[in-house]
Amino acid sequence: MAGTSLIGRLRASLAKGRDLLTGDIFRTGGSWDAAALDELESRLLLADVGVDATEWLIERLKRSRTDERSASAQLVDLVTELLETVEQPIDVRADAKPFVVLVVGVNGTGKTTTIGKLAARWSAAGHSLLLAAGDTYRAAAIEQLSAWGDRTGSIVAAQSSGADPAAVVFDALSTAARRGTDIVIADTAGRLHTADNLMDELKKIKRVIGRFDAAAPHETLLVIDASQGQNALAQAAEFDRALGVTGLVITKLDGTAKGGILLAIARQQRIPVRFVAVGESADDLLSFEARAFAQALVGAEPA
Amino acid sequence: MFQSLSDRLTKVVGKLTGRGRITEDNVRTTVRQIRMALLEADVALPVAKALVDRVLERALGEEVAASLNPGQVFVKIVNDELVTVLGGTVSPLAARGRPGVVLLVGLQGAGKTTTAAKIAELLGKRDRDRVCLVSTDIYRPAAREQLATLAEQLSVRCLVPDSDDPVAIATEALATARHEGFRWLIVDTAGRLHVDAELMAEVASIYSAVDPDETLFVVDAMAGQDAVNSARVFHDRLALTGAVLTKADGDARGGVALSVREVTGVPIRLLGTGERLDALEPFVPERMASRILGMGDVVGLVETVERAVDRDQAERMAAKVKRGRALSLEDFRTQLEQIQSMGGLAGLVDKLPGVPAGALAQANVDERQIRHQIALIDSMTPGERRNPSVIDGSRKRRIAAGAGSSVQAVNRLLKQHKTLAKTMKRAARAGGLERLLAGGIGGAPGRRGRMGR
Repeated sequence: MAGTSLIGRLRASLAKGRDLLTGDIFRTGGSWDAAALDELESRLLLADVGVDATEWLIERLKRSRTDERSASAQLVDLVTELLETVEQPIDVRADAKPFVVLVVGVNGTGKTTTIGKLAARWSAAGHSLLLAAGDTYRAAAIEQLSAWGDRTGSIVAAQSSGADPAAVVFDALSTAARRGTDIVIADTAGRLHTADNLMDELKKIKRVIGRFDAAAPHETLLVIDASQGQNALAQAAEFDRALGVTGLVITKLDGTAKGGILLAIARQQRIPVRFVAVGESADDLLSFEARAFAQALVGAEPA
Repeated sequence: MFQSLSDRLTKVVGKLTGRGRITEDNVRTTVRQIRMALLEADVALPVAKALVDRVLERALGEEVAASLNPGQVFVKIVNDELVTVLGGTVSPLAARGRPGVVLLVGLQGAGKTTTAAKIAELLGKRDRDRVCLVSTDIYRPAAREQLATLAEQLSVRCLVPDSDDPVAIATEALATARHEGFRWLIVDTAGRLHVDAELMAEVASIYSAVDPDETLFVVDAMAGQDAVNSARVFHDRLALTGAVLTKADGDARGGVALSVREVTGVPIRLLGTGERLDALEPFVPERMASRILGMGDVVGLVETVERAVDRDQAERMAAKVKRGRALSLEDFRTQLEQIQSMGGLAGLVDKLPGVPAGALAQANVDERQIRHQIALIDSMTPGERRNPSVIDGSRKRRIAAGAGSSVQAVNRLLKQHKTLAKTMKRAARAGGLERLLAGGIGGAPGRRGRMGR
């Protein structure tokens, strides 16, 4: 069993693939010579880090002077430096009542499952929750969310399939206000960021939430699937352009995918990463920490 | 967001002109650019490397026609190689007996359940025969309800064996389908990670139990480098007969299609292209190759456009769109005239890099309409053409009367103009438009900087 620390949990899941750094990367000594950099470049690309962020990392390593720190420590530091720009935990403000979280993303990234895990996490922390079934399009999405409501003791506000999602969310907010609920999490149907009419629908949902409370949604979470490649960058850019994304959740890090796209997103989008999901159960949603993620990704032991 | 291959090449082809033959020297930079472009399209690294090596071997010493340069010829060879890898004839789904069994497998969130319903729709229509569905996903909350709901929408039978054991559910569904004489049984499975030994053993048992005619790996067009690993493991365990690429209506390059094909050897059979249950298309290797390279059907496009477009006019328009200005109706009229001489908008847009296939389907333009629309624009005032937002109800009636048409036709025209203006903006962002209008890759190196934030 892996340890209960974040690093341990991340290591346990990311280790199913090969570590970025293994002894055989260094043919001579332990320094970043040309051969080691070439091999590292390949491994970064294989981890979905993408051409831009890979080139940045390689350039930085080339320029770094050899010193007493080990090569792996240099790489961990560099990745940490990059990821620290997006390390910023979610702040569930008590004065916002209800605190409204809007969850968006393309189809199949794990929005509803993430909402279930968030509900479990926040309800364990003593908050009362209401889940708004804003995915009125996908068959049985409402049933799926309701199942999570039952498991986590959260109220689920739903209308019939095909209902206007903005109306569902607005009614949910009214219910939450009446009941004095702490947190409302609004589910939405998955949609490709290239579908203009569906992106407009999301803007409408956001406007409706804003009419209820000008400061809401307090968090607009974009859920990104770690097994996806460079298109995740386009997703982040387009959802951000449409809605102003305030946080990211990276799901499915329990496969062999490394989630290197996170580095690319940190380079280009600078949207705070709130959580990473490393398994199917409710407590597999971890707060994002740059150094822990860097260490897990690189495969180096904590210093 | 991404530099397309043709963008990358535009930067390097300049150095290559004037040489009559492809040599390792004059394509070295190009080779690297192509490798990077393939990686940005999410082609798996080993697959990209192998492909570029093969291409280089094939290209060295190749003669370069006077009107082209080595870079362009090289891209053509890359394209041909992609088509070869992806290609061959794609056979339709077929069964040995009755019922034919289609088993759908893949990772979580790939789109198996939606694809199951789409395949039911496709096969039911194709064979004019009875099709049934069954879900063996006992894990994801409401997964079975999801399939049942979709089946109801299609008026297709969804079998619901009374069991919580996936293998027993599949076995019983097959017996029912056989007993009741269904032509096809489509078996949906839970999403699973290829590293999950227990669930992989389970899906292998389902496979043995139903002995499928078609075992399809359902994979997200947006999938990254790791997709080859999962495809390989699924293929080793289940002997796949094909793959279905889902969510292909977005802007992902879909390099995963190449990776899956190369690693498993099985063809991509179908493409999921939208939310509707009839949005499932046969896979076309040539189109996918162009998409992975991010350059549309460049060759055909260059030829078509050079034949028909007035260069100066086109460059003015491209510059305007690039600056983010909307197209006026005056511009729209020019476009309509050019489209008339190029054989239709749909054909042109199909070749446009950066524009998803079918993007203009909603604009619904046909040849006769084009003539009518030109007449409508001609009956507007210059002010109206420049700024269509001033066109109110009374102006619409005047314009319609002037063109011998109806107010509805005016509304349709304004809507189409709006859609086109929007689409062109997107194409400009994706980098395809300027080359389209200015006529050719490599035609204007360095005029366009890298797109990005």
